[in-house]
Amino acid sequence: MRATVLVRPKQGILDPQGQAVESSLRHLGFEVGETRIGRLVDVDLPTDDAGEARAQLERMCEQLLANPLIESYEIAFEAST
Amino acid sequence: MSERPLIPVVVFPGSNDDRDAVRSLELLGARSMRVWHTETELPRGTAGVVLPGGFSYGDYLRCGAIARFSPVMRAVGAFAAAGGFVLGICNGFQILTEAGLLPGALRPNGSLSFVCRDTALTVVTSHSPLLGRCEPGQELTIPVKHGDGCWLADDDLYAELEARDQIAIRYAPGANPNGARADVAGVTNAEGNVFGLMPHPEHAVDPLLGPTDGALILGSLVDAARLSAAAPV
Repeated sequence: MRATVLVRPKQGILDPQGQAVESSLRHLGFEVGETRIGRLVDVDLPTDDAGEARAQLERMCEQLLANPLIESYEIAFEAST
Repeated sequence: MSERPLIPVVVFPGSNDDRDAVRSLELLGARSMRVWHTETELPRGTAGVVLPGGFSYGDYLRCGAIARFSPVMRAVGAFAAAGGFVLGICNGFQILTEAGLLPGALRPNGSLSFVCRDTALTVVTSHSPLLGRCEPGQELTIPVKHGDGCWLADDDLYAELEARDQIAIRYAPGANPNGARADVAGVTNAEGNVFGLMPHPEHAVDPLLGPTDGALILGSLVDAARLSAAAPV
């Protein structure tokens, strides 16, 4: 099954990329509030067991995909096609 | 015992300050050599290790995030756990934080610009042999060159580090090049045998390149390694 991991800078962590994009959006005339930039990781897993997949993805996040000091993560599964 | 302690410099794919580090360590009285990241052991007689600046594994995901899993890092971790002296410079500092050997994390510079200039620093800690040649309050000038040098820690961690004297050096007031919390330019572990910093002491040893205060930092490592070489870990 295919999963998507969203990694975000934690609340309160300075995000200069987000600030730069926010300011560019305003220059373009869009009315936007705080804009933050994270990372999206799509992962194919050789299992159809959502519980097992989630457990594995959590380990991946803790070990590599996110730095728990500065980033939070969220795991989502794609509806099977 | 050893007059010229052995201080290898690890080379990751993308390291580019390893040769300067080797040369500077040798100028300061150490024996040095480059060690490829696929090695599973440090050379026999290693009395200190440098993780150099540059890049590693493309720094995909986060700087240092992938390098921390390289084979040599297991040996570096074991060496550090046994009390061995480890110095991480710039990308080496990033790798040590990702590996959990040093506290905090390094994020993109607040300006989003790469900074490359001589920078005024103030020594803070008094407990680490890796700053043995410096006094607390001493001012140093050493160049920085990085895009991801914004050191961060949350309130609790920062308070802990300050209380334990683990803040090693700060940028001088007004000289913070990257937005790091409380102007932190380098930190040590609790025991003081692992030290990481964003500035590049290896570029500030030979007077040909400008300031020479880097010799105080690398010289401290050579001193510490020389003492520990009497009782190899």
